[in-house]
Parts: sequence; structure tokens; C-alpha cells
Amino acid sequence: MSSTKSKPGPFQYARKPMMRFVFLITSVFLYAPIVVLIIFSFNDSKRGGNVIWKGFTTKYYGKAWENDALMEAFVNSFAIAIVSTVFATVLGAMTAVTLWRWRFPFKPVYEGTVALPIVVPEICMGVALAVFFSTTGISIPGTAPWPLNLGNIILAHITFSFPFAAMVIRTRLQSFNPEMAEAARDLGATEFQVFRDVLIPHMVPGLIAGALLAFTLSLDDFVITFFTSGPNNVTFPVKVYSMVRFSVTPEINAASTILVLITVVITALAMRLQRPDTSGDP
Amino acid sequence: MEPWRRSAAAFTAFCGPTILWLSVFFLIPLGIVWLYSFGENVSLTQIETTWTLKNYARILDEEILVLLWRSLWLALISTAICLLVGYPVALVIATSQPRWKPWLLLIVILPFWTNLLIRTYALLNILGTKGRLNESLKWLWVQADGALDWAGLGDLALLGDRFVPFKFLGTEAGVVIGLVYVALPFTVLPIYSSLERLDKSYLEASLDLGAGQLRTFFKVLLPLTMAGVVTAAIITFIPTLGSFLTPDLLGRGQVDMIANVIERQFKKGDDWPFGSALSLMLLYVTFIILALRSINDMRKSGGRA
Repeated sequence: MSSTKSKPGPFQYARKPMMRFVFLITSVFLYAPIVVLIIFSFNDSKRGGNVIWKGFTTKYYGKAWENDALMEAFVNSFAIAIVSTVFATVLGAMTAVTLWRWRFPFKPVYEGTVALPIVVPEICMGVALAVFFSTTGISIPGTAPWPLNLGNIILAHITFSFPFAAMVIRTRLQSFNPEMAEAARDLGATEFQVFRDVLIPHMVPGLIAGALLAFTLSLDDFVITFFTSGPNNVTFPVKVYSMVRFSVTPEINAASTILVLITVVITALAMRLQRPDTSGDP
Repeated sequence: MEPWRRSAAAFTAFCGPTILWLSVFFLIPLGIVWLYSFGENVSLTQIETTWTLKNYARILDEEILVLLWRSLWLALISTAICLLVGYPVALVIATSQPRWKPWLLLIVILPFWTNLLIRTYALLNILGTKGRLNESLKWLWVQADGALDWAGLGDLALLGDRFVPFKFLGTEAGVVIGLVYVALPFTVLPIYSSLERLDKSYLEASLDLGAGQLRTFFKVLLPLTMAGVVTAAIITFIPTLGSFLTPDLLGRGQVDMIANVIERQFKKGDDWPFGSALSLMLLYVTFIILALRSINDMRKSGGRA
């Protein structure tokens, strides 16, 4: 790239007006619905009209806050996401280390099975877990005290998110320099010390990235939660789904805006954490 | 990598819990669904596996075949649109200046991190006959009509007498818009990463040897990034085929896809055996696609060796 004013070169597609136009239209397509949602969450109109602007108000944020059922679902979503993220990250790390460190019989089978929850359609997994919980008796009743009544959903979320965490952590492990571990061993460290003081610190960025992915996947999930939740233990997406079926209310716009903001913050965090990732590695 | 025997205890400690977890919460549940797909309702709550093939035979009912065909068709159309739009988008990101690249990438990735239900709900708000999209189109129509009037062509009513709002909700068009909206980020990323890995000198060679822009694109750039395109197609097609929320909210019960019918068997219809058979159908389609892909990969790497 010599100077920015020159005619676009043959492969500087990014500088061709036509290509830029396609990119622009796509961005508008991806963002316009969400932007409209955010703008109209401040619309002072009772019927949740997303067309006619009736003046600025923040009262629907207050209303969403006072809507106990909606808030309970919000809190549930976060409780589930936090607990399942912890387990998913630990299981994901174990999977990643297993695949990275050892040669063992049936390794391709193990690798394939771990990847399965990623490719299996959500609806199949939702159905399978719903059937499993209702027939085997290995399940926690929805009438149990909070947060125990979220148990089934948490188990389901761990199951679909830990393979994703494993993939992210495994990528990080590939940049580990085995000579570091050897050096530690030569200096008298035990296997456990090598793991704790050398390998784990190297894995940290991967662990955080994996945890953030598991967290968003858990917050995001609708289908599998829909199948594993009961009337007493809904999450935010499931609650919004049932509200949308009845009517569109401005409170949903307000609550959704908050969740979108949280998502943006998490994404920003994830991007920031992954950037220094490349420093100090071969 | 070391053989597992050298540190058998550590190996078991790492590998054991994950195997156990996957078996209990993934393989056994799928196994139960498999058993149920050969089962019959013996009472309201009891299902007995009688190894009947009745549930699979029902898939051949005309009603279900129409449904399967529609699901495949909508998923294929959406995947095609995603690829057609996603390739140029990935190309723009991959060839942009390094300073801009992370931001352009972020534009595509951010929706992927945003809650699917909220995105679908946001789209639902826009697609109504009096929604934002139709209002915007109406505005465009009025402008265009005004321009025609100004040009002296007003009497011909080239654009019709008045603006007729498009019906998106409850139509296949609306569902396809929704499916593309949800899946597009998944399509862009694999294509982008294959473009990033590409050795640009091939393109220069092609141009130096006299091939035109278009010819270089179709004969060099596209074949060299085909692996990324295939991955993108698969990663778009599989979730799209099994999508539940988009056809449910945007289709308004008029444009059911396979997942909607599966859901009904479990939530309302209480025909778990038939629902199980349908879920397994969807699962088998997924497996077949992935198997074809890996066979293809193997053939390629075998040919090179």
C-alpha cells in the first residue's frame, strides 16, 4: 500500500466502491434492527409501537426493573451463566490438556465425541436432555429452592458450552513451548508443580477467552433452555419469548437494550484479552 | 505428545471427568432418544420401545415430506445468500488496511455475541407491515414516485398507484431474511480466515500472466479459498436447517421448519416417539454432511501424498 490516494490495486478489494457498498449494506442489515430496538426503548408510547416516535422517556427501564418476573429471569440467566461457565472452563481445560498432551488409543473417537455437541443441532440436544431429565430421574425438580431449581439448566449449559471452551483453550496450548516444562523439570519441579506454575499461567488468556465464550453461549441460549426449564425456572430469553408471544411491550425493549450493552462489554473484554495474546510467544 | 501410560494417573484424572460428563449428559440422552424413536405411547406418560418402524414411516407422510422439503429449501436459499454476501464482506475485511481490520472484523463478530432471541425480536419489530422496513421502503417509494412526477412520467404510474407494504411476517421471504440475519457472521468468519492464509503472490502471478480480474477471481482466488467456502457453507447450513426461533417468531406458524414440528411433538403434541424420530432424522442429515466433508478431505490429502 503505497499511498492512500492512488487508484485501488487489483486486490485491494477493500478500496473498491462497489465492495465497500456491499459491506456497508451488510452492516446496516446486521445493526439496524438492534439500533431501532435501542432507540425505541426510549419511546414514550404504551403499545410498544416501534414506528411512531412519541417523545423521549426512560420510564420503561423503571418498569422493566419493577417487573418481578422479568427481573427474576434476568437474575436466573446470570446465575446459570456464572455457575455453568466455571464448570465449562474446568472441563474444557481438562479436555484441551488431554488432547494436547497425550497419545492414547481411540483418540480420534474422543476428539470427535467432544466436538459433537458443537455440531449437533440445538433442537436435538434440547430434546435429548429434556427426555433424559424426565425419564432417568437424574434431575432436580423445578420446585426446589432457588438456585437449586436451576440445576437441570446448568447441567445442560455446561454440556453444550464446555466443548467450545475446550477448542479455545486448545488453540492457546498449541503456542506452549515444551522446553519451558523441561526446564522446570530439570530444575527439580514435580509434575504437579510444572502444571501449576508453568502450564496454567501460560493457559490463562485461553482460559479467560474460553470462559467468556462459555458465558455468552449460556446467556444466549434459548432452545436448549426452553426444553430443560419448567414454569418456575425461566431464563431471560425464555421469559422474553413468552412475553413476545402475547404482545410486544416497551419493557422488553428496555431489558433487551441492557442485555445488549452487557454483551458489548463482554465482547470488548474478550477482544482486549486476546490482543496481547501474541506477545512473548514464538 | 507423550504416550498416556507414562503418566497414567494424570491422564485418567484429566480424561476421566470429561468422558464421564459427555457419556451421562450427552451420549446417554441421545441414546434414549434413539430408543424412543422405535417406541410407542402405551399410556399418557409411558413409552415402550417396541422396535416399531411406525415413527419413521410417518416421516414419509405427505405433510411431513412437504415440511422437510421446505426446511431444506429455506436452509439452502439462506446458505446461498449468506455465501454470496459473505464472500465480498470477508474480502473487504481481508484486504483492508491493518489499522482497520480489527474494527471491520468486530462489526461482523459483535452480532454473533449478541443474544439470538433479542436479535430475532428486534427483527420481528422491523418486519411488520407497519414496521420500520416497510416505512423506509414507503419513503423510498414516495421519493421515487416524486422523481418520476418531476420527470413528467407521473401519469404512467410506473410504480403502481400507491405503495403496497410487503408482507414479511408469516412468509417464506421473512423467514429467509431472519435466517440470513442470524447466520451471516458464521459465514463470513471461515471465508475470512481462508483469505487471510492465502498467498497473494498467486493472484499477482495470474494477473502478470495475462488473466483478467474476473478470470483471476474465478480461476485462482475462488478455488484457493474453496476450503473456507465449504466450511462456511456447512457451518451456515447445519444450524439454519435446525433453526427453531426464526421460523417460529417470523413465520408465525405459517412457515414451519422441522424444528418447529419437533418442538410441538414434545411440548404440546405429546408424541415423543415421533418427535424423537424426527430429531434423529435431523441428526443423521448433519452426520451425513460432516461425513461427506471428511471423506472429501481425506481424498484430497490422499491425492497429495
